[in-house]
Amino acid sequence: MEIQLSEEQLLLRDNVRRFATEVVRPRAKEIDQTGEFPREFFGQAGELGLAGVTVPEEYGGGGMDTLSYSLVIEEISRACANSGVILSVNNSLVCDPLLKFGSAEQKRDLLTPLAAGRKLGCFALTEPGAGSDAAGLRTLARREGGDYVLDGSKVFITNGTHADLALVFATVDPEKKHRGITAFVVPTDAAGFHRGQHEVKLGVNASGTTELSFAGVRVPAAQRIGEEGEGFKIAMAALDGGRIGIASQAIGIAQAALEDALAYSQQREQFGQNLSEFQAIQFYLADMATEIDAARLLTWKAAWAKDNQKRFTLEAAQAKLFASEMAQRVTNKALQIHGGYGYSREYNVERYFRDARITEIYEGTSEIQKMVIADWVLDKA
Amino acid sequence: MTLAPPCPPATGAGPDFSLNEDQLLLREQVRRFAEERIRPGVQERDRAHRFPSEIVAELGELGLLGMLVEEAYGGAGADVLTYVLAVEELARVCPATAVTMSVSNSVCCWPIGRFGGAALKRQVLPQLAAGALGAFGLTEPGSGSDVASLRTAARRDGDSWVLSGEKAWISNAGFARYYVVLARTDPAAGKRGMSAFVVPADAPGFSVGPTEEKLGLRASRTASIHFADCRVPAENLLGSPGQGFSIALATLDHSRVGIGAQCVGIHQRALELAVDYSRQRVQFGVPIARHQAIRFRLAEMATELAAARLLTHRAALAADAADAAEAGEAGATAAGAAASDGAAAGRLAAEAKLYASEAANRACQDSLQIYGGNGFHDDYEISRLYRDVRVTTIYEGSSEMQRLVIARHLLQGR
Repeated sequence: MEIQLSEEQLLLRDNVRRFATEVVRPRAKEIDQTGEFPREFFGQAGELGLAGVTVPEEYGGGGMDTLSYSLVIEEISRACANSGVILSVNNSLVCDPLLKFGSAEQKRDLLTPLAAGRKLGCFALTEPGAGSDAAGLRTLARREGGDYVLDGSKVFITNGTHADLALVFATVDPEKKHRGITAFVVPTDAAGFHRGQHEVKLGVNASGTTELSFAGVRVPAAQRIGEEGEGFKIAMAALDGGRIGIASQAIGIAQAALEDALAYSQQREQFGQNLSEFQAIQFYLADMATEIDAARLLTWKAAWAKDNQKRFTLEAAQAKLFASEMAQRVTNKALQIHGGYGYSREYNVERYFRDARITEIYEGTSEIQKMVIADWVLDKA
Repeated sequence: MTLAPPCPPATGAGPDFSLNEDQLLLREQVRRFAEERIRPGVQERDRAHRFPSEIVAELGELGLLGMLVEEAYGGAGADVLTYVLAVEELARVCPATAVTMSVSNSVCCWPIGRFGGAALKRQVLPQLAAGALGAFGLTEPGSGSDVASLRTAARRDGDSWVLSGEKAWISNAGFARYYVVLARTDPAAGKRGMSAFVVPADAPGFSVGPTEEKLGLRASRTASIHFADCRVPAENLLGSPGQGFSIALATLDHSRVGIGAQCVGIHQRALELAVDYSRQRVQFGVPIARHQAIRFRLAEMATELAAARLLTHRAALAADAADAAEAGEAGATAAGAAASDGAAAGRLAAEAKLYASEAANRACQDSLQIYGGNGFHDDYEISRLYRDVRVTTIYEGSSEMQRLVIARHLLQGR
């Protein structure tokens, strides 16, 4: 066992941290408030190999391992949680399944521009009536000759307002439940493809969340990923990897909150001494640091398991559950340490607090993670 | 904005969470030994408050009492992670036996190996490695978390040191052959007036008080020890006069990893018991493992266990890095990483001990809750674990002390 980053990973982290500090952070507060999707950030990240971190270079990606991917998402999210989730969705939920389940032609034609950051992807699974119960989705894919025709709608689609390509899950036969679900890559400029307005949300308010609808959208069969009925498996595999990304996002947000709280506690004076001199504040800081370290280890272990072709469903669910709930606690404590200033928009900590909240919900709620973990503990371990 | 393109990491570099073959083998051996030799009678020993001398002798024969002692002195020369795996497996079956073992290794053998002179090490360590027990005398009736307030005194007299005072809550007292004892050698010098000594059990003026009756860990021995002009040779001083406080803190940094491991073993068992019981126990027509409230609690216990284990293993690796940095063994490429890891070792050990002990307490509480009324009955193993685990947030630095240690590191930028 060895838990030191390699020299290459350290170099990568330093490079991404510099990019995040100099380019990403300066816009973080503004886009949170305006809701403007940072489309140019995605292109810049692509040039650095961050749009498809683990995609081989022959398909336009960064050719790195999953642990490096975790470092990337953590560092970007430490500066801007919106930018973190935009990258995470393109990497984990779009590039990763195309790499794993796409044909050689699909990888060349569809994956390459996504991994290079020339095109932005989104993942369209959730529907108004199908959230945690994804197998209950109702978007229909009807075969017509060499095409499929899609009808239905999706909600809460991250990157949806600006995506060029959507990985859409639809059913060829609702009677078949999850065995009817099939995956398609759909260009967002296809006829009949509509997207709604940017949804104003509590946090991660600039991640292009919107609803998508399909009115007779015609998709060539060549853009079906995997076989008919394989879509559910593809979606679940993508979400396993996505959980490593969201755990990393939660860690990045929490790390930023801890750093701000540490700095603030050492400059703010009350009762004639710095806040950091008070035992109560020290204890908060100690618990925050401990939980961040634990979350990072769980996440790195899941990434390592994925890289070594081990099963990692359990590890990814544990990492995502722990890291997201940790981020909620840590950002809450960081806000408390800031007192009234923490509640004000003048400081960043209220943004961290709002942004952290979603990590307990998307890409599988905490409750879904617990269902996955309990299945392993009771039945599969 | 231009950046060097991120380089793809070389295959196999970076974090590796697998155990090596020696570690897997040792874990398997200790698990088998614990199941076959320790589990039978574990409840009887708990009820009778009986110290298992016969099992401790076997631990010595297996080499588990000198794991951290260098091979040159008859020990196993194991790395800290291997040691941690052994503690976990013992604690999974009997937390009392685990603490008997970890005290001897962590707070007696380790400081002697690190700070003792060559003659002392040649005399003492082979005995400890062969199975003689060790103990650690730091706490006093009036000095718990506030270590620097201790009052046991040592004065130099010719070629001897003469100790007077008493120590409280000493694990292995009465069964140990050697005690590492902290005493004040300069009353005016505060923290810098403390020194550490090795006191043999047969030293003149040394005596052991009555056995303490405890809530848990009843098969481990706890008692006070007393020094009435107790005379030890000058060579039994560890380090130099005045170095005692830093020796005590370094020892606790190291031993906290062992207590983290004890907590991980207890937590592991509490989860196993809850899983087994919830599969068997039928209420409302189904095994209670089918109820979501039970499943979610098991999921939380398993997740916190994974976190506690990783923090503990990480702290074990950092302790090795700190030892290597101290010994100047780090190779040219690893030197920087080992040094930074070593500098963080104290914080990582405190995080591991804090988190693992608090998580193990929650796990035992919740496992017992899943057992319902049966969990409150003395016949069920979980009731013993529930009592045993309670001390882990207290001894070798309470949770409150761990938080102070962690905060001090954070505020100093470590």
